[in-house]
This record gives sequence, C-alpha cells and structure tokens, in this order.
Amino acid sequence: MTKNIPALISGSNSFCPGCGHGIIIRLIAEVLDEMGIKQQDAICALAVGCACLLNNTLKVDRLGCPHGRAGAGASGIKRCRPDKLVFTYQGDGDAISIGFSETVYAAQRNEKITAIIVNNGVFGMTGGQASPTTLIGQKTATTVNGRTAEFNGMPVDIMDHLRPVPSAAYLARGSVHDAKSILKTKQYIRRAFETQISGSGYSCVEILSPCPTNWHMDPVTAADRIASEVIAAYPLGEIKTGGAAS
Amino acid sequence: MKQLMKGNNALAEAAVRAGCRLFAGYPITPQSEILEYLSWRLPQAGGEFVQTESELAGINMIIGGAAAGQRVMTSSSGPGFSLKQEGISYLASIELPAVIVDVARFGIGLGDVTVGQGDYFQTTKGGGHGGYFIPVYAPSSIQENADFVVKAFETAEKYRTPVIVLSDASIGQMCGSVELPEQQYPKRDRFDWALGADGDRPPMGRKMTDRMYTDFAYEEYVPHICSRYNEMKENEQLWEEVQAEDAEVLLVSYGISSRICKEAVKIGRSLGLKLGLIRPMTVWPFPVKAFRKYNGKVKGYLAVEMIPIPQMIEDVYLAAHGAAPVYAMPTGREIASSEDIIENVKAILNGTKEVY
Amino acid sequence: MTKEFVFAGFGGQGVLTAGMILAYSGAAKNLDVTWIPSYGSEMRGGTANCTVKLGDEEVASPFPKAPDVLIAMNEPALLKFMPIVKPGGSIIINSSIVKTVPEPAGVKVYSVPANDIAADCKNERSANLCALGAAIAAAGDLLTLEDVEKGLCGYLAKIKNNESNIAVLKAGYRAVSESA
Repeated sequence: MTKNIPALISGSNSFCPGCGHGIIIRLIAEVLDEMGIKQQDAICALAVGCACLLNNTLKVDRLGCPHGRAGAGASGIKRCRPDKLVFTYQGDGDAISIGFSETVYAAQRNEKITAIIVNNGVFGMTGGQASPTTLIGQKTATTVNGRTAEFNGMPVDIMDHLRPVPSAAYLARGSVHDAKSILKTKQYIRRAFETQISGSGYSCVEILSPCPTNWHMDPVTAADRIASEVIAAYPLGEIKTGGAAS
Repeated sequence: MKQLMKGNNALAEAAVRAGCRLFAGYPITPQSEILEYLSWRLPQAGGEFVQTESELAGINMIIGGAAAGQRVMTSSSGPGFSLKQEGISYLASIELPAVIVDVARFGIGLGDVTVGQGDYFQTTKGGGHGGYFIPVYAPSSIQENADFVVKAFETAEKYRTPVIVLSDASIGQMCGSVELPEQQYPKRDRFDWALGADGDRPPMGRKMTDRMYTDFAYEEYVPHICSRYNEMKENEQLWEEVQAEDAEVLLVSYGISSRICKEAVKIGRSLGLKLGLIRPMTVWPFPVKAFRKYNGKVKGYLAVEMIPIPQMIEDVYLAAHGAAPVYAMPTGREIASSEDIIENVKAILNGTKEVY
Repeated sequence: MTKEFVFAGFGGQGVLTAGMILAYSGAAKNLDVTWIPSYGSEMRGGTANCTVKLGDEEVASPFPKAPDVLIAMNEPALLKFMPIVKPGGSIIINSSIVKTVPEPAGVKVYSVPANDIAADCKNERSANLCALGAAIAAAGDLLTLEDVEKGLCGYLAKIKNNESNIAVLKAGYRAVSESA
C-alpha cells in the first residue's frame, strides 16, 4: 500500500492525536487535487482557534482573519477575486459563537463563498470551554456540571439558521468519526466547491469532529461519542441542494 | 475645473477615482452620504459596494479585499468607528493597505451627530490593541477631503499599512468647491504579495496572518516594527504654515478648527498681533519638524481643538520639547471663534494666560 | 478678496437653495467656495439659514462671521443676523414680509418685495431667487448676474425651462441696481 499525499498538503501538522482537523484538511486538499484547482486558484479565510493551524498544513493562499470574521473576510476576498475559489475554515466557536452574524449574513447576502465549519462542541485552543454547540449535559471547562438548557440555553444548530436563507445554495453536515462518514464528507466538500464555481450561491459544510484532548477521552472513545451522542443532536446529510432559490 | 460638492460626496468620488475596488460600510450620521454615494457610483465604476450587517463585517470585508491586493475603503463615525478598531489593529499587524474614514462627530458613547474633534487619541495613538501607529490625514476642506483620500491610498500601499482619513461632521456636511482627481486604473495583479495575484509563491502558498502568531520570529519582530514606524514618522509628516515666520504666538490646529484659526490670523495681523498657524495635515505622524523651526523663537504655542478636554495638545507639548510654553484652548462643543482666539493670544503675550 | 453671504428665513422659503445656487455659480467660476447650513443647536427650530463664502483667495472659516450681504427673508432672520453685518455691507430685506425696515448705521439696506416681484413674474414660489438676484447686485464683486444665471441653469438643470426663474432673478437684481 502506498501513501499518497495530496499536492496541496504539507507532510505534517500540529494537531493533537485523534483530532479531526487533520482529516478534514486532507479531504479539502484531495478535493482541490481532484477538481484540478491549483495553489494560486484557491484562497482560504482562516479562523482564530485550532482551525488556524491549517496555516501549517494546507498549501493555498490564506488570510488569518480576526476571531469570527472569516465569513466577512472571505466575502471581501471573493468580491475582489471572483475568479478564485474562496472558502473559510472555522471552528464552531469562531463561526457559530462570535461570528454567527458574519456566517449567516454571508449566506443572506448571497456571497459566492464556501464556509467549512468544524464542529467539535468546545473551544479547543483555549482549553475546552463550552461553545454554542456543546450538548446538553456535556461537561466543559465552563459547564463543570454539564450544560443545561436553563443556564446555558439550548445548543445552536447553525443549519437551522442557514436552511431558510434563500441564497444558501448548498448545505450539508458531515462527520469524520468513521470511514464511511469521511468519504461522504469529502463528497459534500466537493459539491460545495462546485456550487461556488457554478455561481449558484452560498455553500456551507459543517463537519462533526472529535476533540479527544478537551473531551478528556482517548481518540477511539471520542470517535464513538460522535456516533452515539453527537449525531443525534446534529443529524448528518445534505440539508439543501439544487442551488439558490430564485 | 472646480465644481460644488458636499464634503462626504467629494471624498467618496475621490475614492472611486483612486480606483477603490471595494467599499464595505454601515450607515451612521454624519458619514452616511459616503455610503449612499458609493452605493450607486462604485458599481458604475466597476467596483463592489456592500452595506454590511455591522461595522465589524465592514472592516473585516475590507481586510479580505486588502489581502487580495485591491484598493479598499470603509468609513464610519463615533461608536461605529470604535467598532472598527480590532480590524484596524489586524490590518496594521498583517500589514495590509486600506483606507478607513472617520467623519468625526461629537462626544463620548453615542455622543451627538454634530461636529467634534474627540477622536484624536483614538486615531493617532492606536485606537485598537497592541501598540501600532498608522498615518492619519486630517482634511480641513472639501478639496482636501478629495485629495487626502487619494494620498491615503498611495501611502497605504507605499508602507502596506492602513491609513485613516480623519474628516469631521462639518467638512463632511458642508459644500465647497473641489477639483476632483484624475481617474486611476490600478492593475489587479500588481502586488506579488497579494492573495490570488499572479506570480511566484513560496511552497506553502502566500500567507497573510498576524505578524507574530504563526511565525514565532520574535527576534525580528521588534526591530521590524521600530524601523517601519520610524520610517513613516520621518517621511510622512505634512503640515501647512500660515504667517509663521515672524510669529510670536503660533496657533496649532487641525481640521475644521484650523479654518477659524486662519481667520483669526488674518484678523489678528490686521490688529498688529504677530500670530501665525501651524496646521498639521497629518496628525500621525505629528509634524514635529515644523516645531523644530520655531522652538526657542516663539513666545508660545496655542493648541485650538473642538473638545472639552484637550488631546492634540499632548503632541504639541512633546513637539515644543520644553523650548516654548504650550497653552490650551479647548472649545468644548462650540466652533472656535476668532475673537476668543485673539483674546487668548493677547493673554499669552501679556503673561496672564496659564501655561498648560 | 472673499465675500460672505448669509441667507436666512423660514424653512420652506428656499434660502438653502438660493445659497446653493450662488455657491454653485462661484465654483463654476473657479472661485474657492464654501456653503454651510445652520449648525449645532441652531438646527432645531423653524428658522433656516446658510452661509456662503466666495473667494478669489482661500476662504478661511466657512461659518458666519461678518456678512458682506445679509439676505433676510423674514423678521427673526433680520433680527438675528443684522448685528453681525460687516460695516459697509448690505442687507436685502424681503419687504413683502418684513414690515418694519430698520436703518442701522454704516450698512446699506435694500427693501425688496421679493414675494410680490415673484408674483408679478407669475412665479410665486421663487421669492428666494428674487432675493438672490438682489444680493448679487448688492455684493458687486466676484460674480456677475450672468455668472449666476448660468449657475442657476446648471444647478436646476432638471428644470428644462428656467426662463421664468431667470426673469425673477433679473427682476431682483434690478430692484437693487436701479435703486441707487
């Protein structure tokens, strides 16, 4: 068995063992390779948080945006370089907490960008505090007795907010906890990029991803937790296809 | 050929003519005409106009456009300008050229929509976090509203820095004669550092990030920052002098207040008073070179600003370098009056005005 | 040389427009020009005014200081600005509305029944243009009647036929030039 490394990925990354980010970035690189998109033809607007470690991994032009603002940063890039594939790479804290407005308004304004949102249910880089997507009952550094609806509000499903937006042309939620989901997620990323290139509207792929470090689990248990708990709250699949409503 | 234009409109038209490719902003009085004008004019000229959901989205969209190497601008006032500060700090850190317009209004918090000069510290001392400086042009006329926008784009690209145009409510809202600049057509791929632009790339692709965060080049960081800001400080000071050569008292004033100072110089001279004016056209870098010529010669500097508690006076104090006394004339919420200025000058000359 | 004009009256009397036409005409003649409406706390209340400054040199302050010409379309406007009119300057008083005409020392006063003149020209809403014409005659320098005629047509370019407006402007001009 030979080990193929996609052209746009560097040999190493600095993510924790068992983290899903490495898999997801590799999927992006494979999709870019397969679509024949070259280094100079893709631009990534990067989040603050663990997602920013894409900087050392994916070999495309990239902009480090202020926390939460990748949706706006990507929009600015795309409007100045409509000839390029422009996508964000963000965590749930970045895209759904502080950047909720920028995420939803990029869709609302029909920005021809793709948002890739990695949802691991915690603020990873700052030490595992609760995020908007933390599940009810989940213990984090800021929900030490577990999240409750009464104290913390219900978890936020970003797709609930993007689905009704007419100019959201392609929405899907994938996961990287097992091989089958990984292959499906790759397909979603490709369809999202194709949606952008076709000019039919905004696209977003949310990807459930394990964070063994901050979930205080070994990698296998973390992956199992997605299957057994997380998917129930955030069901997988294509949520919207077929282009923007006219 | 001159024409009559509203200050905000002249500024907006000059941005179009400078080749501004993207404007992203949010309505707030007294800058909204910039937004309104560009909403139809920029698309007509092939650019992109976006009314964003907030000032935050506006400044961050500008970061994206700047990273793509295009001429980009946003504008705001008062609380909206405060919201842009994080993004301005990022622009300074990533070293991206962009123009940010502050049509200053009066007061703290919501304040009021009328003219004021209370944004001096915020614009000149690094309104965002981390200790940056960026060039700040302070127009005092409709003509300069237009000219300084063009200049701001040029300086921004020369140093790869954000640049502020610090206009104000009266210059933005009044009408005046202006000769508009020539239309420029900046090439899209003219910077080899820009994201997506043609040209060779490092193996990892082009990266625009905060200067510290991912490079860990700590040894280079401090000397780099120092040389960068020292170069701007040395090269970019701009000022106007009015009858300064033989003046006993030099007024120091920028923006709208400086125009009343000009009137006061005229009236004062007709009364036999030897007064003149130094008008900073860049408030950062502050034109210390102008003061070096007069330190030790004048009997005092009188800082005239439209604000309750003076701000610019601190730069005047530093520029005077202990070689001339500095006097304050904050005019609160009122436009300065020539009579008051002349009374202050007389008081300086007869020794009855308190040194700041 | 710079010339300062203050146009003042009720809201709706067209004082801002009259000032704007003057400023427009000045810019078209390559003069340095400022036009500024009432500002600050003045903006509240029923009166409207604007200050126009024209210069073949740089105009310093755009704010009202010592007008060469005050155009007072009503009594409050007259009372408010009369004290600051420059010695040797002029006041155009809309005598269709202001019934008591003062005689301040060192200032020329022209009573111009602007509303009546406009009505005579069958252009009743153009009293402001009549007053503008009178102001040009009183100011004397920097701009001629022809300059302002051109400016009027340029500023009001949307109105295809400005003949009637120009007739009122000229009538106002004559009201001052022929009164000497």
